[in-house]
Amino acid sequence: MGLFIAQLLTGLANAGALFMVASGLSLIFGVTRIVNFAHGSFYMLGAYVGYTLMQVLPGAFGFWGAILLTGVVVGLVGVIVEILVLRPVYRAPELFQLVATFGVILVIQDLALMIWGPQDLLGPRAPGLKGIVRIMGEPVPKYDLALIAITPFVALALWWLIARTRVGILVRAATQDREMVGALGVNQSWLFTGVFFLGCALAGLGGAVQLPKGGADLLMDFNILASIFVVVVIGGMGSLPGAYLAAVLVSVLNVFGVTYLPQSTLVLMFVVMALVLMIRPYGLLGREEVAGDHGQSGEPERPIKPAGARVRLIVAAGLAVLAVVPLLAPSWIAILATDILIFCLFAASLHFLLGLGGLVSFGHAAFFGGGAYVAALLVAHAGTPMELALLLAPLGAGLLAMIIGWVCLRLTGVYFAMLTLAFAQLLWSLAYQWGEVTGGDDGLVDIWPPDWATSNLVFFYLTLVLCIGGILALRHAAHAPFGYALRAARDSARQAEATGIHTRAVQWVAFALAGAMAGLAGGLFVFAKGSVFPNELEITRSFDALIVVFLGGVKTLSGGVVGGAVFESAKDMLTRFEYWRLALGLTIIAVVVLAPEGIVGGLRRLGERIGLLRPSEQET
Amino acid sequence: MKRKTFLATVVGAALALTAFEAPAQEPIKIGEINHFKRMAAFAEPYRMGVELAVEQINEAGGVLGRPLEFIYRDDQGEPGEAVKIAEELMTREGTVMLTGAILSNIGLAISSLAAEKHYVYLASEPLADALVWDKGNDWTFRLRTSTYMQAAMLAEEAAKTDAIRYATIAPNYAYGKDAVAAFKENLLALKPEVEFVAEQWPPLFKIDAGAEVQALERAKPDAIYNVTFAGDLAKFVREGTTRGLFDGRKLYGLLSGEPEYLDPLGAEAPEGWIVTGFPWYGFDEGAEKDFVNAYQARWDDYPRNGSIVGYNTALSVAAAIEKAGSTEAEAIREAFVGLELDTPVGPVTYREIDHQSTMGAFVGTTALRDGEGVMIDWEYRDGADYLPSDDVVREMRPAK
Repeated sequence: MGLFIAQLLTGLANAGALFMVASGLSLIFGVTRIVNFAHGSFYMLGAYVGYTLMQVLPGAFGFWGAILLTGVVVGLVGVIVEILVLRPVYRAPELFQLVATFGVILVIQDLALMIWGPQDLLGPRAPGLKGIVRIMGEPVPKYDLALIAITPFVALALWWLIARTRVGILVRAATQDREMVGALGVNQSWLFTGVFFLGCALAGLGGAVQLPKGGADLLMDFNILASIFVVVVIGGMGSLPGAYLAAVLVSVLNVFGVTYLPQSTLVLMFVVMALVLMIRPYGLLGREEVAGDHGQSGEPERPIKPAGARVRLIVAAGLAVLAVVPLLAPSWIAILATDILIFCLFAASLHFLLGLGGLVSFGHAAFFGGGAYVAALLVAHAGTPMELALLLAPLGAGLLAMIIGWVCLRLTGVYFAMLTLAFAQLLWSLAYQWGEVTGGDDGLVDIWPPDWATSNLVFFYLTLVLCIGGILALRHAAHAPFGYALRAARDSARQAEATGIHTRAVQWVAFALAGAMAGLAGGLFVFAKGSVFPNELEITRSFDALIVVFLGGVKTLSGGVVGGAVFESAKDMLTRFEYWRLALGLTIIAVVVLAPEGIVGGLRRLGERIGLLRPSEQET
Repeated sequence: MKRKTFLATVVGAALALTAFEAPAQEPIKIGEINHFKRMAAFAEPYRMGVELAVEQINEAGGVLGRPLEFIYRDDQGEPGEAVKIAEELMTREGTVMLTGAILSNIGLAISSLAAEKHYVYLASEPLADALVWDKGNDWTFRLRTSTYMQAAMLAEEAAKTDAIRYATIAPNYAYGKDAVAAFKENLLALKPEVEFVAEQWPPLFKIDAGAEVQALERAKPDAIYNVTFAGDLAKFVREGTTRGLFDGRKLYGLLSGEPEYLDPLGAEAPEGWIVTGFPWYGFDEGAEKDFVNAYQARWDDYPRNGSIVGYNTALSVAAAIEKAGSTEAEAIREAFVGLELDTPVGPVTYREIDHQSTMGAFVGTTALRDGEGVMIDWEYRDGADYLPSDDVVREMRPAK
């Protein structure tokens, strides 16, 4: 009994920091509809700033003062980010801002490394709370008890702010209907900035209060990201009591998981999330999403037309150049081009889902990695030849997409995105933990093409044919009646169903097709690299594709491909510099701010303005 | 000085310089791939170790009369990127062989490429046993004292005590699993009556230290074998100390004595743990001390474990190329097999049987000195004594 209570207290204490960070994310999302990927970075910043302040300010007063001050400092950093990076892109397509926040992650990573150096910092202990208290014979750290006591106060203060003050009323009104709040004369941009300040300050607080239980290191940002997303989704996006409930639930379950199922802790959280979402699609205390439900935000997408003769000629010429260049250039060019082609197919498959289907998936790596693992497992365990493995990789990934899609498509919007993320994480942990079959994180190695395709050049041509084929197939699907039905379902599910389109079925097929194409890219990747590791199923891989699609331009047909090509090439160049993350982050932010319609959209607009393109030739 | 005269001087000096440099030999280039940003705390000391050795080698006349040069590239911590960069280094930059990696998966990815394309790869830091055994190949060599060897050193120490009930805590991935398996195997062989009463597997860098400590306490072990490191170790030590987990128990910590992991703990470094590590502060004389002095003089910083690995990496590369007498891949590969060289920590041989080097590790007890965690009563253990028998190795290594 004593142990049980002690474990419960450990769980409650862990919930403290988690709640603070997650509630900030939830608040920001609720009001601004921004999925702030950089929230983990503000948490990390909170830990570093808190550490520095605690070194300067002495005693117990200094310790708690430092924590509060950290909240203010990180909140102000958040304000800077909001004003410089996010404000210019509020009118961009839905979820576009997450790309900007991804750029912020990269910038903060390098800045933190420059300022605080590479070594992990051990957090100072809280003055006066260093020891333990024995509860029924079990030791419980005093600081844990302090955290358990403080967290409800933070929660209550937030609740009071939201439920009882005029600012809170405006925030809630904005959560319900942003435009109406604006129409009533409230200055939206300052409201958004204020909420961003509060959200980031909470993340900073979370980072600072966990210092006595840990410290500050440069991997914190990504390490907490998945957990806070899970907490926010389980609780219900935008719901503060939900976030508290979910933080407690996740933390307590984790403590018992550690004791009774020590191997399970990687997946436990995601299993809980998937279960909760299947039973309560909008989280424990969340409400059905209303904003952005009907149609798209921002400027409506232009109708898609088949490419004109001139465009076809240009593309054909481009392909011809692509096919000839590796013949003349040194062999590493063929390798780079192979990588770029594979990535383009992966990006195009997500673009198909996202741009045409309006289905934002945060877990598209499940199918890229899924296809890669299908091919690799077939080779490693059944000695399958490459030709067959490359055929089965898209089929396997497509099948996987059908299963995952069947579950996820019951949800919409951000909840759909989060559920896909949960499934991708489940697959990742399967690959990571099931060592006997998947090789765990030591992966599957020595999976090389057969003799006829070992040359970099031959493999390049194989990739060229398959990737261009895949991209053209996706493009063809977009122009087929199926593509029209898919866009109809995206733009107005109600009207589409009234005209007799079975929207769910159409989306399901699109999900499977996109999954299969990502799987093909994954299969090619395995043979290009000779090995596969769980990295290919990671969140970062899904993010890579997302960013590329948004950077390329969601509302243009070629956005995925162009974005993929530009981003991969830029990355190849920038990673040669010492502070490449800073450079890459700033590049991403610059593209986001300068061309909120993406690269293709921006070029198109530029072309029209200077008269190179006539509006009738817009779609390329 | 008039402007014209000034310009003339500059141009003249430049010409003189080029003329002077022209007969100098083309450098021998080595491709070094690492996670310089993702694991900056480990990769930077490593890079500084490499650079120190390279400078010393070049001052002494280089290799085969040519200067040695390492080309550093960041792989972002992604195996796929590492493979691409490896190809680029070998085909575009004209490097003669590859070195690097800390993360085991990246080491394995490069190793697989090396075997396919016949590039020589010296896996300097990755610890995975698979690199030289299950997935070993002709073209891959590994320098650092492997997981198995270090675990065996601690198992030997553990067998000397009267502890019977053991608990383990290790990050939930291949390195953690290998480290626990090797410790169990060696300890049970030395002391069959030992029982393992709890195994905890916190996710890497996401430890819930309070819960782990409670779970370990619940098993009431006599001794605990720790494989967690970096931030996880710090959290585990803090919770464990606070909750009294370590009182009256024997603790064994794999890598826990390396400055990379011990130093961030500061005054909270645990005392009395038996650990493997790198006690650079304890060297009084000899080659070890010379290395430490040279390193401190060059970098105004103290060496970490990564520094000595980096230093020995460059020494190994130079020795292999010198022995090969050429920069042809096949010649370097043959030179590496059975290569013997002297390093600051002692003589090292790259074993013919599995291409593992016999570089050893320091085993000692942790203590506090001036508010810093240090290793005391340490001793260098030669890696050659802590490897499985040749028959076992042959069975594990895939047939050619």
